[in-house]
Amino acid sequence: MDGLNIPLNHILLVSSLLFAIGMMGLMIRRNIIFILMSLEVMLNSAALAFVAAGAHWGQPDGQIVFMLILTVAAAEVAVGLGLVLQVQKRFKTLDMDHANRMRG
Amino acid sequence: MRELIWLIPLIPLLSSVTLMLAGSRLPRLMIGIAGVGSVGFAALLTLGTGINFMANPEPFQLTLWTWMQVGSFAPGVAFYFDGLTLVMMSVITGVGFLIHLFSTEFMERDESYARYFAYLNMFVAAMLVLVMADNLLLLYLGWEGVGVCSYLLVGFWYQNSANGQAARKAFIVTRIGDTAMALGLFLLFTELGTLDIQAMVGIANETWQVGDNVALIACLLLLAGAVGKSAQLPLHTWLPDAMAGPTPVSALIHAATMVTAGVYLIARTHGLFLLAPEAMMAVAVIGIATTLMAAFTALMQSDIKRILAYSTISQIGYMFLALGVGAWTAGIFHLMTHAFFKALLFLGSGAIIHCLHHEHNIFKMGGLRTRMPVTFWSFMIGSAALAALPMTSGFFSKDQILLQAYQMPGMGPWLWLAGLLGALLTAVYSFRLVFVVFFGAAKTEPDKDTGWRMALPLTVLCGLSLIGGYFIIPVQDVFPVGSGDHPAHWVEYVSISVPLFGVLLAYLIFHTGQLKVDSLVNSRIGQTLRQFWLSGWGIDWLYDRLFVRPYYALSGMLKSEPVDAIYGLIVAINQTFNHWLSAAQTGRMRWYIVSMVFGLVVLLTLALQISPEVL
Repeated sequence: MDGLNIPLNHILLVSSLLFAIGMMGLMIRRNIIFILMSLEVMLNSAALAFVAAGAHWGQPDGQIVFMLILTVAAAEVAVGLGLVLQVQKRFKTLDMDHANRMRG
Repeated sequence: MRELIWLIPLIPLLSSVTLMLAGSRLPRLMIGIAGVGSVGFAALLTLGTGINFMANPEPFQLTLWTWMQVGSFAPGVAFYFDGLTLVMMSVITGVGFLIHLFSTEFMERDESYARYFAYLNMFVAAMLVLVMADNLLLLYLGWEGVGVCSYLLVGFWYQNSANGQAARKAFIVTRIGDTAMALGLFLLFTELGTLDIQAMVGIANETWQVGDNVALIACLLLLAGAVGKSAQLPLHTWLPDAMAGPTPVSALIHAATMVTAGVYLIARTHGLFLLAPEAMMAVAVIGIATTLMAAFTALMQSDIKRILAYSTISQIGYMFLALGVGAWTAGIFHLMTHAFFKALLFLGSGAIIHCLHHEHNIFKMGGLRTRMPVTFWSFMIGSAALAALPMTSGFFSKDQILLQAYQMPGMGPWLWLAGLLGALLTAVYSFRLVFVVFFGAAKTEPDKDTGWRMALPLTVLCGLSLIGGYFIIPVQDVFPVGSGDHPAHWVEYVSISVPLFGVLLAYLIFHTGQLKVDSLVNSRIGQTLRQFWLSGWGIDWLYDRLFVRPYYALSGMLKSEPVDAIYGLIVAINQTFNHWLSAAQTGRMRWYIVSMVFGLVVLLTLALQISPEVL
């Protein structure tokens, strides 16, 4: 296999970076759309790690799990956007800090 | 006739139930007819049965049904009828009828007219069950029944909390005796295997020797029950307070019938007491001590009903003395004559109270002799009988008791002397009452005179108090015959003259005032004694300190439920933690995410610290 030979460590570093960015977004953002986008970033970071690992070991499993993650992400976005609509309808805002009725 | 004796308690009971259920809807006349008529009917039936019995004086037993059957324990609802039962039933229904009739006028203005007669009829029914019972368990049913009715009637005017207090006191103090009596019944049943009185006494005579310890304990337990019911030392404190009830109730329950139930119980089980001479001695000693204590107290009271209450305690003391020295017939005889003259005195005082705007203080009365002649003569005759002046009914019975007490071997003469002192005091306090209330200057005007429904019972009871001493009660087959010999004549003369001397004393002190006792009374020691006797020898005070207050203190301590504090602590800890943890549930999603991430970081760090080889 020729072409670019990027060491696995670099890819994993990028993946971790993406995961951290996504998680920070999840924690910091208040708008529910940005939260969903952060989630998407985190999922993709995990998918990237799978693909890289699969390529590294010469196994097809990584790519198969990538397909699974793709499907899960699509489903999650479908449900998530439905929730976004509901939140907008009920609270007239997308700020998740206002949707705090279930406090103890 | 004999098969119909079950009707005698049933009729008042039916009337009582009817009045309870429908009393508020019946007109007053109907209530009166039902209340008085039922007891009158019972009295007629008793009379018929009595005539039948006198013609053929054979005791008989009537079993209605078996009450319950548990193994060998099968008490029946069964009645036993002999001379003693007849005497008691005659007193209960006869005097009871007169008192019911009196009540119709005494209570005519009361709004709870039906309730009054319902209770009073129920009392008569329960009392009849008590004296007719063939076994001790049925007797106990009647015993408790009269206790409940006494409670209800003492607290009849329940709007006044003091009356409720008095009712509770009467109930609780007698309960102490009743508990002892129940223990006595358990003991008798375990030892003898039956509670049928006649069979039980027979078995007891075969099982126990005279002086047996078990017999002694059983008799003492029965005696404790009798002491509670009959208001003897040391359980007498409820009776003076029980005067809070309507006066006819005091006459019926707290003078003529219920308080003599203890005397009846001991007389009925005399076969057991004969096996325990120490118990009989205890009966005599309690009797004479109570007689003296109550007589001194009665001397100092100023409330007309309290004087009569203490005098009742004192007279029942005489009956106990008679029972204790084995003068069974004399004791029952005194029970009967006492029922006559004490009911007369109580009804007389009821008439005074009724006509004098509910005045109880004798020193606010006075000069009633000409204004209320019927009541005056009632009191004269009743007091004469109470003081045992010659030829009155009380004379015959009390004289018998004193003479037989004198003949008792051992401490007989001492009992006789103490009894004489009691008789002297009785004469003084009863005629003190007469002179203060009926002679001298009038202080309160009566607003009315007694009507015929009051005058008739008073007149009949006057007659009975006068001639009751000539009755011969048919108990010769019930009790063992005494020795029959008489003590020396001088004993008899002294016994007769002492009450007369007492009346003379009362006359000189309270009527003419020739005998000055003021300096004696006002001296230091006189004042102290006066206070001491006025308070009933401080026994109420003593019980208050000894039992009532510690009990209240204990219940005050337990009111906050200290045992529950342990469980309360567990609850409090749980609630605190719950409070803390629920504070973490803010409802903000970002807070949850941060917490999760933080937790994850901590956990991962820990896991890597512990086992770095995972990497």
